[in-house]
Amino acid sequence: MSDTYTLYNPTVMDHFMNPRNMGDLKDADGIGEVGAAACGDIMKISLKIRDGKIEDARFKTFGCGSAIASSSMATELIKGRTIEEAMSFSNQEVVSALGGLPPVKIHCSVLAEEALKAALEDYVKRHPELAARVAAAESVVA
Amino acid sequence: MRQVYLDHQSATPLLPEVFEAMRPYFTDFFGNASSLHQHGLRVRDALKTARQQMAALINAESEEEIFFTSDGTESSNLAIKGVAYANERKGKHLVISATEHPAVVNSVEFLEKQGWTCTRVPVDPEGRVNLAALQAALTPQTVLVALHHVNHDIGTIQPVIEAGRICAQAGIPLYVDCEASAGWLPIDVRQFGAALVSFSPHRFYGPKGVGVLYRNKRARIVSILHGGVQEGGRRAGTENIPAIVGAGVAAEIARTELPTRAAHVAHLQKRLWDGLSTRIPFIKLNGPVPGPDRVPTNINISTEFIEGEGQLLLCDMNGIAVASGSSCVSKSLKISHVLSAIGLDHALAQGNLILSLGKDNSEEDMDYVVEAFARIVTKLRAMSPMWDEFEKGVIDSVIAPRGIGKSFSQHAAEVSGKAAH
Repeated sequence: MSDTYTLYNPTVMDHFMNPRNMGDLKDADGIGEVGAAACGDIMKISLKIRDGKIEDARFKTFGCGSAIASSSMATELIKGRTIEEAMSFSNQEVVSALGGLPPVKIHCSVLAEEALKAALEDYVKRHPELAARVAAAESVVA
Repeated sequence: MRQVYLDHQSATPLLPEVFEAMRPYFTDFFGNASSLHQHGLRVRDALKTARQQMAALINAESEEEIFFTSDGTESSNLAIKGVAYANERKGKHLVISATEHPAVVNSVEFLEKQGWTCTRVPVDPEGRVNLAALQAALTPQTVLVALHHVNHDIGTIQPVIEAGRICAQAGIPLYVDCEASAGWLPIDVRQFGAALVSFSPHRFYGPKGVGVLYRNKRARIVSILHGGVQEGGRRAGTENIPAIVGAGVAAEIARTELPTRAAHVAHLQKRLWDGLSTRIPFIKLNGPVPGPDRVPTNINISTEFIEGEGQLLLCDMNGIAVASGSSCVSKSLKISHVLSAIGLDHALAQGNLILSLGKDNSEEDMDYVVEAFARIVTKLRAMSPMWDEFEKGVIDSVIAPRGIGKSFSQHAAEVSGKAAH
């Protein structure tokens, strides 16, 4: 057989086979771990934040190919963003950057968004002085 | 890269001699078996030969007890709905095991919406049906009991002979789904005491597009496809002659080669499971251990702390074709109902993989799969927060608990806000 058929598009397959930013961050400034009640997948995102900006991000995922690819892509996308920008991060960005996901797998990208937001919340919890700034950013988004 | 096909429960390659037998029936002998001229009469003979070959494979008394359908799903639909509708005046109660194939389960659910009731008999943790519960489920209104010979998911061999005896005593027809066993285990419809038996030739190197339903003459059944009077009026529609001819040849070869094929895959099955269980920590075999209680073609495993679809994809990228019962491979996001029915922990059901062997697999294939799978597991565990948390003592193993940390399910429920189904 000369052709290789894949379940997902080449971008998703690439992020699944060669995930970016896989692992944990030593001395992370924020860690978020969330699970999908629908399917049972679990995703963890760790952030390194300096001067209000996401300097580095890592993920670990218990889940299917598209869940792994979604977390890989999400960590790629959020590096360099400010906390306020990251607060308005949407799963749609992950889906677009991956060149689309099958409809039944969209929830994997939602999980990535939730893991990122949980990590940001964790950071804000550790830095109560930022709460007002973040709340303002959130209200702008809403 | 080595290619190892381990999904023989989904499809098998057509035997060259089967293909050759089919070939003239596409071109030269294209007639319709219902036609009264030479073209029709010739294929009628071929149809009769195929029926005899099927009858021989399952020790049926006569080829007249064999119906050809389009596939296993249609056979199950005909067996269940056909018997239910034919016996409506006697009663509207059905009995099935908790681990039947979706073709059985969904046929029954269709009938339930029309006023039938059904009792689902539980199975033990290895998937064996509880015979006492089966007996207790029978009522004067019961018109059919459906029990598979071998489980399509975990390979459990059911006590069909005992079930047949219970049904015979109660005077209730037994339908045995032999889709996962035909061609690999001996089937004797008379010894089973089965009123109906279904199987599909594409599981034993025959073509797709044809299914077989055996019906004992004493069992009442009505057609669920309405049209002409093909198949004794029980299944309308033009017969798929090339497929039926091929199916007959595949059945004949399966009958003669069955002991050799079964011994070969049993040897590989043992080698594969021995290799996997030695090489990979925290791995569990679902269903009975290889031996008299398990079909020799099937290995169903759960590898802890990693999910099944990722395992499947990486196997595929390593030339290994497998299936999975994880929720991530199902469009409904639900784990296999068989794994639920045997009470498998959700964490283990998520890490499920189904490997089904065939006659062309070799020892080298098994050794390759063990080594490749060990690498895949290491790669996915390195990515898994659960493996990390297990190593740190935050969560415990289900397969080999250390008594440290909370359960995976408890942890999953905490991080997801609610329990996974």
